[in-house]
Amino acid sequence: MTAVTAPPPTVAPIASARDLWLSVAIRTGLIAGATALYLCLTGIVPTFDSRPLIRDVITLGQVALVVAFMAAGLGTAIRLGTQASPGRTVLGGTVAGLIAGAMLSALVLLGSVVDLRAMFLHASPALWNVLTFEMGTSGFWVPAAVGAVLGGLAAAIWLLPGALRMSLLAGLAMVLVMGLFAGLLRAPMLSGPLSGLARQLFAAEGLQPIGALLSFAAGAILVPLFRPSRIRARAQRLSREQRRVTAVPLGGVLLLLVLLLPLGLGPFVAQVVALIALYVLMGLGLNITLGLAGLLDLGFVAFFAVGAYTVGLLTSTGEYGIAQWSFWAAVPVAVVIAMLFGVVLGLPLLGMRGDYLAIATLGFGEIIRILAGSDLLKPWLGGPRGITNIPKPLDVGPDSFLAGPNQIYYIALACAAVIAFVAWRLRASRLGRAWIAIREDEDVAEALGVNLVQTKILAYMLGAAFAGLGGAIFASLYGSVFPSSIQLLVSINVVAIIIVGGMGSIPGVVVGAIVLIGLPELFREFSEYRFLFYGAVLILMMRFRPEGLIPSRIGRQEMHHDAAEDDPLTATAAVEPS
Amino acid sequence: MALLEVQGATKRFGGLLAVQALDFTLEAGMIASVIGPNGAGKTTFFNCIAGFYRIDEGRIVLDGHEIHRLPSHKIAHLGLSRTYQNIRLFSGMSTLDNVRVGAHQHLRTSWIQGVLQTPAVRDEERRTTQESLRLLEYVGLKGKGHIQASNLPYGDQRRLEIARALATQPRLLLLDEPTAGMNPAETHEMTDLIRRLRDDLGITILLIEHEMHVVMGISDRITVLDYGQRIAEGDANRIQRDPKVIEAYLGKGAAAALAAED
Amino acid sequence: MTPMQTPTTWAERTGLTERLLDIGIAVFLWAFRIIVLFVVVVGSLLTLARGRYSIEVWIDLIVGGLSLGAIYALIALGYTMVYGILRMINFAHGEIFMVGAFAGFFTGVYLAGTGLLTASPLSAVVGIAIMILMAMAVAALVALIAERIAYRPLRNAPRLVLLISAIGVSFFLQYTVRGLFGPGIYAYPSVPFLAEPVDLPLLSILRLKWLDVLVIGSAIGMMLALYLFVMRSRAGTAIRAVSEDKATAALMGIDVNRAIVTTFAIGAAMAGAAGVLYGLMFRQIFFFSGFVPGIKAFTAAVLGGIGNIPGAMVGGFLLGELESVGPTLFLDGLGVPSPNQLKDVIAFTILVLVLIFRPQGIMGERLSRSRA
Repeated sequence: MTAVTAPPPTVAPIASARDLWLSVAIRTGLIAGATALYLCLTGIVPTFDSRPLIRDVITLGQVALVVAFMAAGLGTAIRLGTQASPGRTVLGGTVAGLIAGAMLSALVLLGSVVDLRAMFLHASPALWNVLTFEMGTSGFWVPAAVGAVLGGLAAAIWLLPGALRMSLLAGLAMVLVMGLFAGLLRAPMLSGPLSGLARQLFAAEGLQPIGALLSFAAGAILVPLFRPSRIRARAQRLSREQRRVTAVPLGGVLLLLVLLLPLGLGPFVAQVVALIALYVLMGLGLNITLGLAGLLDLGFVAFFAVGAYTVGLLTSTGEYGIAQWSFWAAVPVAVVIAMLFGVVLGLPLLGMRGDYLAIATLGFGEIIRILAGSDLLKPWLGGPRGITNIPKPLDVGPDSFLAGPNQIYYIALACAAVIAFVAWRLRASRLGRAWIAIREDEDVAEALGVNLVQTKILAYMLGAAFAGLGGAIFASLYGSVFPSSIQLLVSINVVAIIIVGGMGSIPGVVVGAIVLIGLPELFREFSEYRFLFYGAVLILMMRFRPEGLIPSRIGRQEMHHDAAEDDPLTATAAVEPS
Repeated sequence: MALLEVQGATKRFGGLLAVQALDFTLEAGMIASVIGPNGAGKTTFFNCIAGFYRIDEGRIVLDGHEIHRLPSHKIAHLGLSRTYQNIRLFSGMSTLDNVRVGAHQHLRTSWIQGVLQTPAVRDEERRTTQESLRLLEYVGLKGKGHIQASNLPYGDQRRLEIARALATQPRLLLLDEPTAGMNPAETHEMTDLIRRLRDDLGITILLIEHEMHVVMGISDRITVLDYGQRIAEGDANRIQRDPKVIEAYLGKGAAAALAAED
Repeated sequence: MTPMQTPTTWAERTGLTERLLDIGIAVFLWAFRIIVLFVVVVGSLLTLARGRYSIEVWIDLIVGGLSLGAIYALIALGYTMVYGILRMINFAHGEIFMVGAFAGFFTGVYLAGTGLLTASPLSAVVGIAIMILMAMAVAALVALIAERIAYRPLRNAPRLVLLISAIGVSFFLQYTVRGLFGPGIYAYPSVPFLAEPVDLPLLSILRLKWLDVLVIGSAIGMMLALYLFVMRSRAGTAIRAVSEDKATAALMGIDVNRAIVTTFAIGAAMAGAAGVLYGLMFRQIFFFSGFVPGIKAFTAAVLGGIGNIPGAMVGGFLLGELESVGPTLFLDGLGVPSPNQLKDVIAFTILVLVLIFRPQGIMGERLSRSRA
């Protein structure tokens, strides 16, 4: 929690102009230092250190520190703006970086005297070596020195003319991105005619130095040429007709890419992509309940479980299978049963308001999970050992392209497309309007003649149906269902996807699933810290961008406007001394 | 027969009697007003009629149907609609969609038809949209259908609330301080609109209002509440002279003082 | 203009599906009541008729329920007070409890190294008091930081935004603790004196251990202190005033922010203390330890009537008993295998039952359904 003790940036420093730069620098340095300490002690830095970004040059762990130091310098420079002379700005950046680094130096010193490991798992010699560039505790001064240099450098970069600054930062960002995705890009290239090039550019992990230089150059040159703001401006200048003409081929290319995606992927990445498609599907389902009707359902996983277990029971060739049906026959049954559960569990929740609802649904999710693993239902559901031997939907040879997760990818994609279509149509229908109305003001909607019971039940029912479909596909993706697959975390995943993408927004769900499901699966180093990241993202998004990355048209204002005027909390705001 | 009949309605909040054994009748085709000092229980009275609060005693009858135990959407089905003292629009929705939500209860197509976009749905949507646009025009919001409700100026938001209420096709419309916060010109337009609602559309109107010249100008009948009780009822002339009313507004002894001045 | 429809009656206007739905809901809710009642009554009767359990077993279960209930009650206070003042469910409160348990753990490990916890009963009590105080301080600090970062900027935002932010805090804290201390399970330092039975003349029938006395006694002591603080002190009066009506309180010159911060700090301190008691009782903690007790304590707060301080205490003890005695009493007689696996199901069912049938709780006043 050290990361958050420093005062927030919104408080303007009250200081005379003369020592303004110093107070800003100290404050920024403390925030950056606290963040760096947090990154070190939670193990993010040492864990990321095992992954090189540029071979034999820099690791991801060191990058995290570099970013923290540079953020100290940049932050100081940005906050000072034009209020300080260039010299003062660079000096301020240096001081901020020095403070941030000195905090880490202090940690290393402390660690050399006291055994911090008794408390903090990661406060080990390995961490000291990362911080001091393999010099051990005797090099405790290294972070402070590096911090000062990088802080000053970052502040100096900020003082450069706009175009140059942009090129530099874009180049650095490109190195980071290419380094992260190196493994992904290298694997398909190795098998083709480009294998020589791949070896030149990419190491087994991360970039070769040459690759890094090329990436930097590419970023520095290309990004300023194709600045997103410039592209957007140009797009806006197009007439509606022109836009439509360009949208069609663009959409076609995108669709083709999505359809051909599994071709170049190894089995592991294919599994991840299938999982992303599955979460897109579930995200679209919950998007109806949460995004449109505004009902925060944390028990989404209950319906997922119903779908998964139904398909498991009906299709499994193992111990607990009861019918050995095909996947295609079992899925409609699973969806209908999940729907029924949606209605049955939805009924008691009708009168509840948002926050009660969240906890009650969470309780339902837990009840289902406990029951699934209990001795009570063990004769039917297999208890903790779950149901295994669930066949894949398509019975193809083991060498077929569709043998593994690829078929699941296509099935999930097709289902997601159907759900997206349904959601899109519903949103424009009278039911969709009623949902949005109850999301905005339940009482007024009811007084206009909207039957809350009917409308809410439909939202639960449809959300549950899609969750059940997700569970059904999940079961056949992994070939088994266990009570441990029905974690609350599944619900949290889906909620986070919607929040990050933008409530009620269909493209938002896709982006959210790629960012939140895809990235942590692809980068094993991240997956350890996945929920830490989720937590931070939820807090930051709610504070700074509650409408999500790709907001729906409706959501944009909705999430920012202050609560209803008659809310006692709002009434206070005007009066409260702040 | 009276359109609305309230008999002995009582509403308590803890120990506070917000509405006390209130009797009230309203004939169809009237414009009636409820006035009273702040905290007299006017809005509570509205909330009881509209089904937002359950009354503790008494009964409320709308056009022969007991409504005091019905949820508010069923009361809306029976032809009662309302606006709010502190405007409560669906602020994230477009102006047009606000009105279309009002029409919700008259639409019959199911969600499955909605997904399939059957001809029935397309027909219904087209008619709803036309009707809603007509209502927007009627209240003076022509051409503003695409604007997000929260971006409308204040006076237009009040009009939109009325258009939304009209879309439910009410026979009784409750207006809670429709001219609050308006300048004299806007107030004049609003009173004009209220009168037209009754004269063109035949809607019976019950309003709460603080602006005395508005009340006196358009009301066929005025009811004065104080401490949740009816202290006077009658036309503008009678109310203006009623000593109890003067006392309620100006304090004890005021009536006598005024009388002495005359 | 709008064509006036001929007046129709409600029966005509109300669709058939709508009426069927109304009937269906009524049937469903009654069925739910009857099933729960059946399980409770028939299950209890069958269990008692079988007589498989001796009176000692029942006494142990009841005493265990009291200790558990004391812990739930302490956590529930935080939910109830924060709800009272902000009308918000502090989703991360369970994690504050867990952080307190960890703070107490590390203090305890240090104290165990000095021998304080094992030297004598008196020194052990002193040691435990230090652990509790540390836990209270750390928990309060963490809660204040969370309030400052994640809640205060959103005080005027829609409720959903605040709730999601609180969920974010919950996960952030869980996985911060996991990152700092690792995913392993930590064994709380042992205090041998607590495992000894209480050998006092009248109390010996209750088969109490000193642990039970400590947990129940300190919980009740803290609740009394809290009650007096809220009812008697200036700060407590300010908190009550702000809970009643923020705008008016602010006009009266009460520092609303300070009242809110005090509320968070006190609620968190109680949760932190509960964390230590939980650790001493169950002997094991890990980063996820706060989650389930958090939901259950919320259940206790709802059971007692959310926003109501004595209600949270009553709700806590009641839930503790139901959870401790319930599985054996209700389910064993019905032939449910390993009924203790289902104790969480009982707790969550109670939550749902209360929310459906008596959302105001045992001691609360009915909350207005409207958002105002």
